[in-house]
Amino acid sequence: MPAKGYVEIDIERCKGCDLCVLSCPTDCLALNISDTNSYGLYYAYLKEEDDCIACMNCSVICPDAAITVYKKEDQPKQRS
Amino acid sequence: MGEIRLMKGNEALGEAAIRAGLQGYFGYPITPQSEVMEYLAQQEPHHNYVFLQAESEVAAVNMMYGAGGAGARVLTTTSSPGFSLMQEGISYIACAEIPCLFCNVVRGGPGLGTIQPSQSDYFQSTKGGGHGDYHTIVLAPNSVQEMVDFVYLGFNLADKYRTPVTILSDGAIGQMMEKVELPDPVEYKPDKPWATTGKTKDRERNILTSLYIQSEDMEKKNQKLQKKYEKIKQNEIRFDEYKTEDAEIIIVSFGLSSRVSRKSVDIGRAQGMKIGLFRPQTVWPFPYEKLREYADKDRVKFFISIEMNAGQMVEDVKLAVCGKKPVHFYGRMGGIVPDSYEVIEQIKKIKE
Amino acid sequence: MKKGYKLIYKRPQTLTKTRINYCPGCFHSTMHKLLMEVVEEMGIQEKTVGVCPVGCSVFAYNYMNVDMQEAAHGRAAAVATGIKRMLPDRYVFSYQGDGDLAAIGTAETLHACNRGENFTFVFINNGIYGMTGGQMAPTTLEGQKTTTSPYGRDPEKIGLPLKMAEIVSQFERVAYVERVSCNTPANTRKAKKALRNAFEYQGKKLGTTFIEVASNCPSGWKMTPEQSLKWLEERVFPYYPLKVFKKPDKKEV
Repeated sequence: MPAKGYVEIDIERCKGCDLCVLSCPTDCLALNISDTNSYGLYYAYLKEEDDCIACMNCSVICPDAAITVYKKEDQPKQRS
Repeated sequence: MGEIRLMKGNEALGEAAIRAGLQGYFGYPITPQSEVMEYLAQQEPHHNYVFLQAESEVAAVNMMYGAGGAGARVLTTTSSPGFSLMQEGISYIACAEIPCLFCNVVRGGPGLGTIQPSQSDYFQSTKGGGHGDYHTIVLAPNSVQEMVDFVYLGFNLADKYRTPVTILSDGAIGQMMEKVELPDPVEYKPDKPWATTGKTKDRERNILTSLYIQSEDMEKKNQKLQKKYEKIKQNEIRFDEYKTEDAEIIIVSFGLSSRVSRKSVDIGRAQGMKIGLFRPQTVWPFPYEKLREYADKDRVKFFISIEMNAGQMVEDVKLAVCGKKPVHFYGRMGGIVPDSYEVIEQIKKIKE
Repeated sequence: MKKGYKLIYKRPQTLTKTRINYCPGCFHSTMHKLLMEVVEEMGIQEKTVGVCPVGCSVFAYNYMNVDMQEAAHGRAAAVATGIKRMLPDRYVFSYQGDGDLAAIGTAETLHACNRGENFTFVFINNGIYGMTGGQMAPTTLEGQKTTTSPYGRDPEKIGLPLKMAEIVSQFERVAYVERVSCNTPANTRKAKKALRNAFEYQGKKLGTTFIEVASNCPSGWKMTPEQSLKWLEERVFPYYPLKVFKKPDKKEV
């Protein structure tokens, strides 16, 4: 069974580059194109909360270190 | 009293640097300066400093930036074409406010020029040299003894004001041998809380930069530098005088040409001319005030600036005298040193 | 934090709070992050001194919470040499772009490598001058269009792109050379590992360590970040392969 997790995205740091969305293996991230942050940029958000497996692909590739990752306890740790 | 030795100017400068607590030397060979490098390379194993021969003057000046920025007491020496190459770096060093000591053992220019002594880098040294509004303190030695003394002074001024300091020497003072008294070695304990030595937990990170992209910040930085330069002008002007107390004719001369001029004073006086010598030891800041005092005296008939160039310091003399008395100039170029009788001939011509 | 969950990744404390001003999707930001993660994980913030260049990363010191010096264009290797020679027990890195390291600063780069200066080069090769608006770099690919090679880089006129990792790996005193990228999570993890290796080798005083990053420049290339990743795969990696060019002997490590 895959791990469970969730991410928090600092939308003020996010520049909407889409790299996290492209890297997510479960397609649980998406770009919000109906809103912008205070810089006028689209931002990524966790669309399918149940699908996140805390793989950290998004936080690894995120250029702006905007993503914080949490993982459900008592599950084997993924490599960072 | 310190140790007495017979030494070449360049080697004396190197020895003085070691005694004054040198921690890093970065340089590139060029005549007539190379003996400083050779001396420091030879002495390195016996002392606690780093000697590094750089791949160019451009690299050397930027190693100075890095090492000086890391808090070390650093020196480089070069000669005119090399000093031109260093100008960009000196501009950055002035803006980032890093203490560094430079010595330019000047040779005749422009271009590749000659390897003979000259004073043709006066403008470059005293008016900034690189881009932007800045100055380095410029010390002009006229003896091997002053090559030594100005190293101590230069290092201390650099630290005191966080500024680059230039010793404006020339090929003759670098090459000639004289008796010199070497001061005792000092134990150098720098107090440089701004240096980039690693951000400890008890302080914010230290950044050394010359980049202020917002115009308001850049202007503020410039104002800070100008304020510092004003302070230097108030406190650090140095000059030397010889028989000026009753002089009617004042020779103004620095460095090697001032030695020639000193002899001219004696020759002239033997022939009944009341000549005196005014010698700026700091050519930046320049002793305008003191010269102006002489210009105000009735007995003083005229000034003559004796230089080994096409007439550079004479502009500062004119600024000091401010039109109150005539200011003349005599100089030789291309590495030729005028002799004392030539100077007297010029003075006689002016008097006629 | 939700109950029953634990934190497994957050922004490193060694990055300042300042919002990073690079363009969306630019690997400069990624490399800043990875570099500062390595500094945090090794616990060497107090012992790290960085040098930043002239180019897009001219403001790197605004983002990296370590002591830093801003060098003149091309001179970062000389500045880093000066720092490291005075402070041999500190971790020193120079962070430079291709214009800085491989055009105006080639002499300083090669001589620092030849001397085996014991600091780490982080070399961002994005094939273009980003900050000045997308001009041709020494690393611009053959045929690649930039504002100063509007008909594509012509090797007959200007030569072929410089392969710095290949060049510096020839030097005896260079200990470690690897070319990495940040185009996928897997490659980004490798890039971080490479930085970590470089810093560890530096700590062991093994010689020069050189990490080249086959980077993107979405704005300069006039592409979306996604398109820039494709260009990397299709055009950049064949010419600039990702690999370890040189590493220390096992004995030394």
